[in-house]
Amino acid sequence: MANPKSFLSKQQEIPAARAGSVLETNKVLKNTYLLLAATLGFSAFTAMLSMALAMPSWVYLVSVIGAMLLGMFVLPRAAQSASGVGVIFLITGMLGFGLGSILSMYMALPNGPSIIATAFGGTAVIFLGLSGYALTSKRDFSFLGGFLFAGMMVAVVAMIANIFLNMPALALAVSAAIILLMSGFILFDTSRIKSGAETNYIMATYGIYLAIFNIFISLLQILGIMGDD
Amino acid sequence: MELFLKIAAAGVMIMMLFFLWPAYKAWQENGPKAEKGDWQAAILPLAAVVGLVIVLIMLVR
Repeated sequence: MANPKSFLSKQQEIPAARAGSVLETNKVLKNTYLLLAATLGFSAFTAMLSMALAMPSWVYLVSVIGAMLLGMFVLPRAAQSASGVGVIFLITGMLGFGLGSILSMYMALPNGPSIIATAFGGTAVIFLGLSGYALTSKRDFSFLGGFLFAGMMVAVVAMIANIFLNMPALALAVSAAIILLMSGFILFDTSRIKSGAETNYIMATYGIYLAIFNIFISLLQILGIMGDD
Repeated sequence: MELFLKIAAAGVMIMMLFFLWPAYKAWQENGPKAEKGDWQAAILPLAAVVGLVIVLIMLVR
């Protein structure tokens, strides 16, 4: 029986190392999207639980503070072992629980359900569109790294200022900037998984989850302010 | 309670700046540089996002 490889031309031959790396990249990509789907589902569950319990709005701040501390100090270490999966479910569950209290506030508005549905649909379109674009594009979007981290620092400084200033115009500008930055992060993170630069699917999931969460929250804020309510 | 939470949130965000700074420096110094056409390929989908957000705003008004 002829060796199947002999049917491949010289150019079509896949070097073993490259084939292994492609398989590894596909595995990371598959695991990332599976874990992302699971964490998004878990967040939706905790958000519904929070809405059913009619949690007050300050629960959102408590959840975000807790999730940020876990994300900065616990997850990077835990992500190297299986315990990282538990930590990421804890973080996303907390963020979902906090989101529930915000959603309860929006549900009380006259056109609140329509704003929530529009923000949800918009987030889904942005995520699916950008992920599909990054996965099918021949470009490597890793060059966005420096620009995105610089932009994030500026946005965080503006967010800190607006915690105390409470200016709607600044909140709107920060939300718009966050949507653009997080869209850039979806391109950047997806591109890094695709190129094999990101090999830890827990950290990859965390990055994409945060981008989706922030886009949803920012869209809610923009649509809430611009929707005449 | 709310003021305490605001101060705590600001504290955590300042802490986040200390995490972002080394990441920014590392990407700025050692990250890959954009090649010809890279920025155009990135700005195109981001402009589409801006367009979508404008459409969504018009939908809820």
